[in-house]
Amino acid sequence: MTRYLAGRLLASLVTLWAVVTVVFFLLRVAPGGPFDGERRLTPEVEANLRAAYHLDEPLLDQYGRYLGMLLRGDLGPSFRSKDFTVGELIAGGLPVSLTIGGLALALAAGLGVAAGTGAALARDGPRDRWLTFAATAGLAFPPIVVAPLLVLIFAVVLGWLPAGGFTTPAHVVLPAVALALPYLAAFTRLARGSVVQTLALPHVRTAIAKGLPTRRVVVRHVLPTALIPVVSFLGPAAAALLAGSMVIEEVFSLPGLGRYFVQGALNRDYTLVMGTVVVYATAILAFNLAVDLLYTRLDPRIRLGRTRLGE
Amino acid sequence: MKELLRDAVLGSAWTRASFVTLCAVVAFALLVPAASPWALDDVDWNAIDQAPTAAHWFGTDGAGRDLLTRTWSGGRVSLSIALLATAVSVLIGVPYGAVAGLLGGRVDQAMMRVVDALYALPFVLFVILLVVVFGRNPYLLFVALGAVSWLDLARIVRGQTLAVRQEAYIDAARALGAGRARIVLRHVLPNVSGPALVYATLTIPGVILAESFISFLGLGIQEPDASWGVLISDGARAMQTSWWQLVFPAGVLAVTLLSCNVLGDRLRDALDRRDTVVPRTTVAGDGAPSGS
Repeated sequence: MTRYLAGRLLASLVTLWAVVTVVFFLLRVAPGGPFDGERRLTPEVEANLRAAYHLDEPLLDQYGRYLGMLLRGDLGPSFRSKDFTVGELIAGGLPVSLTIGGLALALAAGLGVAAGTGAALARDGPRDRWLTFAATAGLAFPPIVVAPLLVLIFAVVLGWLPAGGFTTPAHVVLPAVALALPYLAAFTRLARGSVVQTLALPHVRTAIAKGLPTRRVVVRHVLPTALIPVVSFLGPAAAALLAGSMVIEEVFSLPGLGRYFVQGALNRDYTLVMGTVVVYATAILAFNLAVDLLYTRLDPRIRLGRTRLGE
Repeated sequence: MKELLRDAVLGSAWTRASFVTLCAVVAFALLVPAASPWALDDVDWNAIDQAPTAAHWFGTDGAGRDLLTRTWSGGRVSLSIALLATAVSVLIGVPYGAVAGLLGGRVDQAMMRVVDALYALPFVLFVILLVVVFGRNPYLLFVALGAVSWLDLARIVRGQTLAVRQEAYIDAARALGAGRARIVLRHVLPNVSGPALVYATLTIPGVILAESFISFLGLGIQEPDASWGVLISDGARAMQTSWWQLVFPAGVLAVTLLSCNVLGDRLRDALDRRDTVVPRTTVAGDGAPSGS
């Protein structure tokens, strides 16, 4: 198992390096540079700026320099927000994004497992049909649809919750819910399918046959097995949530990482874009490692080192 | 395959309704912009920011443009980008999966590890980066979206190929002296094409969603052209005073996605029932296909 985890860690680092490399060269071959503003700079000024940011060096030197900086935890200065380093900008944005994203993921996974289990236990009954339909419908309401509609209903019409900003706990409610909704639907469907399959397994039927109360059967015998696909979906869900968070931060004007990424992309602020991508990729890979750890707890086959993680 | 499709479409009242809805969406997208008295960027100076009326069924936007026309020509853009992006994902995913499945062994392992690693990455970031680097144009958008949507397809095709590879007719072809290329083209690909096609259609709603998301952020389709994402983004900005600007495009997008999902679910169930070899087990030894 240690070997398995070491392998995973190594694979994550290789992936991170590949991401950094691809993004670095992608941004460098881009036509247009960070200093194409509305005001044309004189050639001397531009040359000085390029020298100051080491943009005049050969590409490989720049790449080596960037990797070296990354190893020291330095993301460099922002090309556009001149008074800030990328690290400072990200340090400001990350807590906002993590709060909203973490809450949304917890909400989606927690409620989704509960709803999916409830539906599976009442299979083909009215409650199951209703929940399954709600989950299918939920998938059709992505953040770009849900977020503005929630603002319209709860902030504009009813006036219960603030429409934007990030100052009080109440400000977190709408963004987290809007972000969670489609994934809540996805988790519900996944959990339902998984629980339905698990309920048919011999050990569960034995547990039911020997008269254990439903609650105990579910908690002790069904969920540990049924949760495995749910856990494996946490990784992709986190990656997808991250994309959704860009929309959410835009709609609710939250000062999060997603806004920096989108603005950096629009302004060709290379270092800011690189920095956000590095942080995103690191966060996702770290999260996936954590999920793998959880996996080894849930699945004895991995814990005992009998097999690798399959698909 | 035909029975499968028929069952998926006509299977229940829900799937029938979804199929009809999708046909209607496509028909509207094709016909409404052509039949409408307004063009995409025509301004009706007498009806700026107006709620739905007999002349403007979906109302008008802040520039006095007819939202019915814009919503459905946005549909044209969104749907054609989705179809083209799906075609791109087929062009990448099918050969990738077929090669992995056919070569097997270490090559297969390595290729699938790459897919696993890519799965974990937030792909929209890459689409946005590509759009930033190569400029905002619709052609790039669908290529980029296709280039990040082939992972599922590659897995499915690999699983299918692994199964097909063990069939007797492949051995027979080999025994008759058929070369590797001939085996792939004549024997493997035709036999994996059905499920591959079905799974390709299942990627369509995801691509519609991704396109609308990128256009929503202002990085995709640009004014005066419209896509559903552009319209929803405009609508979200105007919703405090003009609900119709948000509700109609958002509603059309949601209904389209819902229909796609209902049909997709049914299709997937039908495929599973046929006991197609799909490597969907989460932990199963070396991920080799089980079942027949």
